[in-house]
Amino acid sequence: MPTTTARRTFHPPQLSPSPFPYHPGSLLSVNDLTLESLNHILARATVLTYQDPLTRAQILAKRRVALLFYESSTRTRTSFELAAKALGCDTTLVSSLSSSIEKGESLKDTGLTIRALGAEAIILRHNSSGAPWLLEDYTRLPVLNAGDGMHEHPTQGLLDLRTILARLRPGVAEVGPETLAGVTVTITGDILHSRVARSNMLLLPRLGAQVVLCGPKELLPELAADAGPGIAIERNFESALRQSQVVMMLRIQAERLAGLQLDLEQYKAAYQLTGDRLRTLAPQAIVMHPGPIIRGLELTAGVADGPQSTILEQVSNGVAIRMAVVERALTAESPRVPNDRSSSLGSKNGGRA
Amino acid sequence: MSTLVIRGGQLIDPGAGVDAVRDILFKDNRVVEIAAPGKLKQLNGATDAQSIDATGLVVTPGLIDIHVHLREPGQGYKETIATGTAAAAAGGFTAVAAMPNTAPVNDSADITRWMQSPERGAQVRVFPIAAATRGSKGETLNDYAALKSAGAVAVTDDGHPILKDSVMRETLAAASRVGLSVIQHAEDTRMTQGASMNAGPVAFKLGLRGMPVEAESGIVERDIRLVTELRDARAHLHVAHTSTAAAIAAVRQARRNGLRVTCEVAPHHFLLTDEHVGAYNTHYKMNPPLRSAADRDAMIEAILDGVVDAIATDHAPHAMHEKEVEFERAPNGITGLETALGLCLRYLHGDLKMPLGRVLSLLSAQPAAVLGLKGRGTLAVGSCADAVIFDPNAEWTYRAAEGKSKAKNTPFDGWTMQGKVRWTIAEGRVAYTSPA
Repeated sequence: MPTTTARRTFHPPQLSPSPFPYHPGSLLSVNDLTLESLNHILARATVLTYQDPLTRAQILAKRRVALLFYESSTRTRTSFELAAKALGCDTTLVSSLSSSIEKGESLKDTGLTIRALGAEAIILRHNSSGAPWLLEDYTRLPVLNAGDGMHEHPTQGLLDLRTILARLRPGVAEVGPETLAGVTVTITGDILHSRVARSNMLLLPRLGAQVVLCGPKELLPELAADAGPGIAIERNFESALRQSQVVMMLRIQAERLAGLQLDLEQYKAAYQLTGDRLRTLAPQAIVMHPGPIIRGLELTAGVADGPQSTILEQVSNGVAIRMAVVERALTAESPRVPNDRSSSLGSKNGGRA
Repeated sequence: MSTLVIRGGQLIDPGAGVDAVRDILFKDNRVVEIAAPGKLKQLNGATDAQSIDATGLVVTPGLIDIHVHLREPGQGYKETIATGTAAAAAGGFTAVAAMPNTAPVNDSADITRWMQSPERGAQVRVFPIAAATRGSKGETLNDYAALKSAGAVAVTDDGHPILKDSVMRETLAAASRVGLSVIQHAEDTRMTQGASMNAGPVAFKLGLRGMPVEAESGIVERDIRLVTELRDARAHLHVAHTSTAAAIAAVRQARRNGLRVTCEVAPHHFLLTDEHVGAYNTHYKMNPPLRSAADRDAMIEAILDGVVDAIATDHAPHAMHEKEVEFERAPNGITGLETALGLCLRYLHGDLKMPLGRVLSLLSAQPAAVLGLKGRGTLAVGSCADAVIFDPNAEWTYRAAEGKSKAKNTPFDGWTMQGKVRWTIAEGRVAYTSPA
């Protein structure tokens, strides 16, 4: 049979190792973080939070950070801005409305322009998955991914981790592969379109947590379970709740449904987190939500405001985590010169630069 | 009258069943004589004859790519007929079939003739493929008789596949009446809205919308049903750039049923998988997209077991700035003319031990047969003087920046290739030559 011959003898070139991130200060994906850098960020988030504000403002005094936002945002933009300012940075916001992006300027040219204006790091929120990789490739500046399309939102994953640790593992000084052993985190709702879900499902199992994804087929394809280790699918919300110590609810992303029809009444009947469900099935669990929440849709107002909710703690933790990653971006060693890289990693196979 | 002699090369002409050291005599655009070394009789001591010493080299019919985008008229900033055919010659191709998704769409005899006019500066023969419907809108059929007499060799709405059953049935029937093939880019575009890569675990991880394999196989199956209904008319369906195991299975079954269904596979679809998209590298974005390893393996098996009729590159040049954008916004397509032979020799012949003659047949005799290109794809006496002479043992590294194509959008930059083209003879004229 040709089949066996083909598989035995065919040697196409191996995938070359990804050159990303180019800059050690960049945070494009939670996968970029070693356990060591994860612990560094968590530790610095705590130290910076409790530091005297005037001392803290000397750490990155007058360093320049640009926020480049192609999508609307309340929490992420404000907390990145407050975080950078808390460390003494000058920040500037470029948003897709009210800038030359409206006139058709490309991401590459916008990035190069921002660099020429003196920015030393760029915080990017973009509606296209992968946009931070493009921006880093062209600017070679540290790039912080503040949410790219349906792909990742690494600082959200980190602030969620900080929230979970504070509630379930108070006093733990350092995280490792077993820190969250025995913890089941159920992520419910629009998994398909959620960058928050992707960052969390890739990050939390590395610390021993079991991630359970819950939602209807339209919003949660079977193959989501293959995204990484420690991920399972449970379609029945009530079964999922029963095993959960953490319940993370997601918003239905109307802006990304792309023609998908969804019966909201049916959805609510099956997946809404109500006071009754929470009381009877997961009375000890914490309830998380990355925001913005739609009260009365994915969860009831009573649950959002209830004692199990950590929604506002998550927001506060956002500032702490973002101080740590902004500091890391601007204090990490500069990357090696490009020539070194090409000789050590080989050709990038059609690099964009 | 121009005379050209190729001496001492290993002539591999799969269409004619020849694999031996031969001298070949071309006069103008015809193969006049083939003989054992030193035995040409019709040379008659001609003193003006150009002579090529092909000792130690392979001489084979000029390669034929039945799926290229030359971007003219209308998009000369990406590629022109002159630069695209220069790339073809550098890759060993002596004829290319040009897709109609130009600006405007090639849906008229005028444009079909314009593309073949000497002013275009083509380095090798260009066979236009005309649009199946007006403006490739999938509604009104074009005048196939007029297109054929203007030189079109097939019809297609490539890139804008014909979705309506009734229109596709009419297209197949009308094309068969005038003896033209119908080429389908099989994609149910209702299932691929906003998608930029293959549907599957990789797309999920990258947060990109995916094109399901059913979007391809569903259209192939539908088209085969229509060809079955038109069995008496002997309608010919050619499936462009097949990329999924399911579509290949449908073609294989159609052939068993005696239908005139052919298919092509592009080098990237038997070499690469969706994992290669990596960190959103737009040089791995094309349509159909790179598929799973299982689909990639199915392409290899189908090539080895003979279901695949042709290797075609889907050469799709784009300007640099068009690919330097967000993955979802980047246009589909990669170049292919300058890398096809080197990749096929290295991987199909080298790795997979496919006999050289069979590999070359997939690049010349068989594609000529798919589109009924008379006198092409063979070096039998009386055929066109189209030949490529290459060094089968030479390894070289492909550098896109040094290529002849205007475009540099290729995933194969820096790859090692097998077999170096030394001369490309197109219609009796040296269209490309490179030093040893």
